[in-house]
Amino acid sequence: MELVTFSLLNGAVYGLLLFMLSSGLTLIFSLMGVLNFAHASLFMLGAYFSWQLSRWVGFAPALVLAPLLCGLIGAAIERYGLRAVHARGHVAEILFTFGLSYVIAELVIMGWGRNPIENRVPAMIDFAAFHLFGTSYPFYKVLMTAISVGMFAFLYGAFKRTRLGLVIQAALTHPQMVGALGHDVPRLFVLVFAIGSALAGLAGVIGGFALLTEPNMAANLGPIVFVVVVVGGLGSIPGAFYASMLIGIVQTFAVALDYSMLDLLGAFGVTLTRADRLYEVAAIKIAQAAPIIPYVLLVVMLVVRPRGLLGTRDT
Amino acid sequence: MTRERLAWWIAAALALAVLPLVPGLDSSFSRSLLTQMGIAAVFALSYNLLLGQTGLLSFGHAVYFGLGGYAAIHFLRAINGGLPIPVPFVPLAGAAAGLAFGIVLGAVTTRRAGTIFALISLGIGEMVHAATLMLPGFFGGEEGVTASRTRAPHWLGLDFGSQLQVYYVIAFWLLAAAAAMYAFMRTPVGRMCNAVRDNPERAEFIGYNPQRVRFVVFSVSAMFAGLAGGLHAINYEIVAAEAVSAERSGVVLLMAYIGGVHHFIGAILGAIAITWLQVSLSDYTTAWLLYLGLFFMAIVLYVQGGLAGIVTLHAPFVRARSAGRLLRAYALAFVPVAAEVFGAIALIEMAYRRSTAPESGTHMRLFWIAMDTSTPWPWLIAAATWAAGYVAWRRVRPRIAAEWEAVNG
Repeated sequence: MELVTFSLLNGAVYGLLLFMLSSGLTLIFSLMGVLNFAHASLFMLGAYFSWQLSRWVGFAPALVLAPLLCGLIGAAIERYGLRAVHARGHVAEILFTFGLSYVIAELVIMGWGRNPIENRVPAMIDFAAFHLFGTSYPFYKVLMTAISVGMFAFLYGAFKRTRLGLVIQAALTHPQMVGALGHDVPRLFVLVFAIGSALAGLAGVIGGFALLTEPNMAANLGPIVFVVVVVGGLGSIPGAFYASMLIGIVQTFAVALDYSMLDLLGAFGVTLTRADRLYEVAAIKIAQAAPIIPYVLLVVMLVVRPRGLLGTRDT
Repeated sequence: MTRERLAWWIAAALALAVLPLVPGLDSSFSRSLLTQMGIAAVFALSYNLLLGQTGLLSFGHAVYFGLGGYAAIHFLRAINGGLPIPVPFVPLAGAAAGLAFGIVLGAVTTRRAGTIFALISLGIGEMVHAATLMLPGFFGGEEGVTASRTRAPHWLGLDFGSQLQVYYVIAFWLLAAAAAMYAFMRTPVGRMCNAVRDNPERAEFIGYNPQRVRFVVFSVSAMFAGLAGGLHAINYEIVAAEAVSAERSGVVLLMAYIGGVHHFIGAILGAIAITWLQVSLSDYTTAWLLYLGLFFMAIVLYVQGGLAGIVTLHAPFVRARSAGRLLRAYALAFVPVAAEVFGAIALIEMAYRRSTAPESGTHMRLFWIAMDTSTPWPWLIAAATWAAGYVAWRRVRPRIAAEWEAVNG
């Protein structure tokens, strides 16, 4: 029971983190058709910026400044990089962001070194929020949840209730028409890219302590975010939400489960010995298999339901 | 095949034959470098069947290279154990494994093209990489699987102990694979690949299933990637999880794209250039991946055809004898660009030293100039050099563009 509750809580926190990344990616993809390979790199930059700014001005201002900085960088990437290759099609755009992810990872090494930085939870939010089954639950995870949920509520409201939000929504499906009506669509691109990058940066700020802050973190998390986007259905933000939660919770549970096929077979009275051909495969613990689960889910999804959970078009 | 093309192929074969004997390239280091270039060229050519010829952008092509490599290394182990097959045939095991996995995984991945294909290939790549680490019995974990190419039956008096003999095995397979891929692109299926790349709807309209065409070319490409993996297994006598990693998939993409995807020769040029950078630049600087990334982005932004594109762009001027004028215009750009590059390299190297090797102190030498990075002067001078180069470049650029127009007109 304790295991189930804590895995659910941690899985939900991780899922929300994934959703912060995948929602920005989905937004950018829906509007511009660009698959941003540098998205996880901006997440990483958010984590590094927050660490650096926390040392200079304290954590609370850093929580605001780091995502803003990421948003500015995102806007610059769109304005001065992607716009130049936009006319040459999506492959050129993907390749541009792919090259950028290399460069950002190397710039991070240049700025902060190759080793992980000690990105600890700041003292001001490092206390127990509540106790469950005699174990304390840290406040910063509650804060992570609150910030992500609050951010989504704000963005949802902004999209549904403001004029600019309506224009962006219209541009998602009918960019030419929106342009014909006199709106500056390229400027919308910059804006949406900046919002997505700022979201990734914010996820980096609050996810930085939960994950190891190191130059490889973008390369480690990036593919999982892509899986989320495909499983949820490319271009669907609600789909990205369900897929984020699904993968977040499944992966958290998997890490906690110390069982293997051998145990399952044992329950049915079958025992394998080391000499058996399939022993090695059967002996893999679920916890060991955790890194592979999102990708297996991806393949299964592609075979069973190519459009993803809530996708409207076949992916 | 026209006579001219046949002449090119014979010239290529002769070049491959004499290259490791040319003075300057006849050291064991250069022969090893040439061997690595050959392996990379087969892999990059197989990648370009997807990206250049069919328009499929894959981020997981190392899967087939690596699995082919694993199959070949296990085959080599079997030969070490007494299987009477000579070493030069080992890459065929790699090709067979590449083809088999290409058929199995290709059936899932090639249903879609474009962005989705790119995403799926990335996911499959990560999955296979994670799986190799989970099954240490077959894949040997991080350390990998080793075998010996010398504990095998001798063939035609060759024992494959020296780098030169290995080079010739790889040169032979490079030539054979390149010729096979070149020929494949001239079959009706190969032509349909181009059609599916350029206009899938029209290809479908005239009765070809684009999905089928993608599947066929994907399997063929995986087979040649597996062959490259087999060559890798012979050359290094070890295959580890790194062979299927996302890094390797990324590097082959860089090779094919930097070389130029619109020309057959492009992948080979890219493989030569990137392998050389990997081997030699990494001796001088730890920042070589940054330079590679920046170089790649510059190619994506400014030079669509890659290195091969630069060559074909200028070939008409050489023929029309107007290349001299163009060269003079380029010479004008040399000083500003050199200043920019010099300033940027100085800044990058100083920053890298400060953050990745603080224990080696603040004194360093760069381009034979001693500097102390704890004072602001080297930073200011480097930044000023870069800025001056940039401003000067902005000023000469219109003149070069005008010259370009004049030559073209």
